[in-house]
Amino acid sequence: MNCKKVILELTSYLDGILDSNMRLDLEQHLSRCTDCRLVVDTCRKTIQIFCNSEPVPLPEDVRQRLHTALLDRFRRNAKST
Amino acid sequence: MVPCQMSVTGLCAQPPGAHWILSATDPKPLASAIVRDDEAILVSAAKAGDTAAFEELVNRYERKIFRLGMNITQNREDAEDVMQDAFLKSYQNLDRFQGDSRFYTWLVRIAVNEALMKLRKRRPNQVSLDEPLTDSDGEDSVFREIEDWGPSPEKKFAQVELNEILNSVIGELDPIFRVAFLLRDAEGLSTEETAQILGISSAAVKSRLLRARLKLRQKLNKYFRRSETQ
Repeated sequence: MNCKKVILELTSYLDGILDSNMRLDLEQHLSRCTDCRLVVDTCRKTIQIFCNSEPVPLPEDVRQRLHTALLDRFRRNAKST
Repeated sequence: MVPCQMSVTGLCAQPPGAHWILSATDPKPLASAIVRDDEAILVSAAKAGDTAAFEELVNRYERKIFRLGMNITQNREDAEDVMQDAFLKSYQNLDRFQGDSRFYTWLVRIAVNEALMKLRKRRPNQVSLDEPLTDSDGEDSVFREIEDWGPSPEKKFAQVELNEILNSVIGELDPIFRVAFLLRDAEGLSTEETAQILGISSAAVKSRLLRARLKLRQKLNKYFRRSETQ
C-alpha cells in the first residue's frame, strides 16, 4: 500500500469498517511511514477533539419561543378542525 | 470511532434526556418516562392528533436540532429560526411522513434544508451544494503540513478558547463538507442516513467526509502542532 491509498482509505480505517486484509496492509504501511502515521493520528485527534468539546446549550428564551410558537400552531390547528 | 453527538462546534453532548411536558409553564418530567425506542409510537400518536406526543418528540430533539442549526449557520438567530421552522414544518407535514426512515432523520433533513437556505440567503453566490471543481485543500495537499500534535493538543487551550477555535475552523469549511461532517461525525448518523438526507450516494458521503476530516485536520494544525508549545 502506498501513501495515496492510505489517504483514500483513511475514513474507512478510522471508522473501523476497513476489511481485515486491507487494514493489515494499511497498518504495515503506517509502521514504516512517519508522515502517514502522523496524518492518521492527527485526523483521529481532530474527530475526538470535536467530539469531546462542550455542547452548545439551548438558551431558555429560545426554547420558550419555540414552545410558544408550537402551542400557537396547535391552537390554530384545533380551531380549523 | 464511535459516532457521537455534537456541540456548538463540537460533538458528543446529549445526555440521555429527561422528557418534559412542553406546554407546562415549568417543564416537568413526563410521567410515562418514554424510552427512545418508542419514537414510532409517538409519531403515530402525533399523527392522530395527540399534541402531547408531538411535544415529547420536540423535547427529545430540540437541543440537537438547535445545535445542528448553530453548527451549520454559525449564527444564533438563524439557528433559532432553523429549529422553529423544522419543528413547525414537521408538525404541519406529519401526515406526509411515511415512516420509512427514523422521524429524527426526517426532522434533520428538514433542518438541514432550512439551514442551507439561510446560508444561501446570506451568501447567495457562495453557498452551493455542488462539488467544488477545484480543491486546493483536498487529498493532494495532505502531506504539506505534517506535524506531531502530541498526546492531548486540546489541553493547550482554555475551554472557551478551544470552543472559539473549533467554531472558527468548522465555519471555514465549505458547507457541503461541513454538513457531511456534522451529520456523520457529530450527529452520529450512518453513511446511509446522511446520504438520504443530502440526496446523494453513500460513496459521495464518504468522499465528502474524507475531505471534511482532512480539511479540519489541516486547519487545526496551526493551533495544535507541537512546535507551537515549544
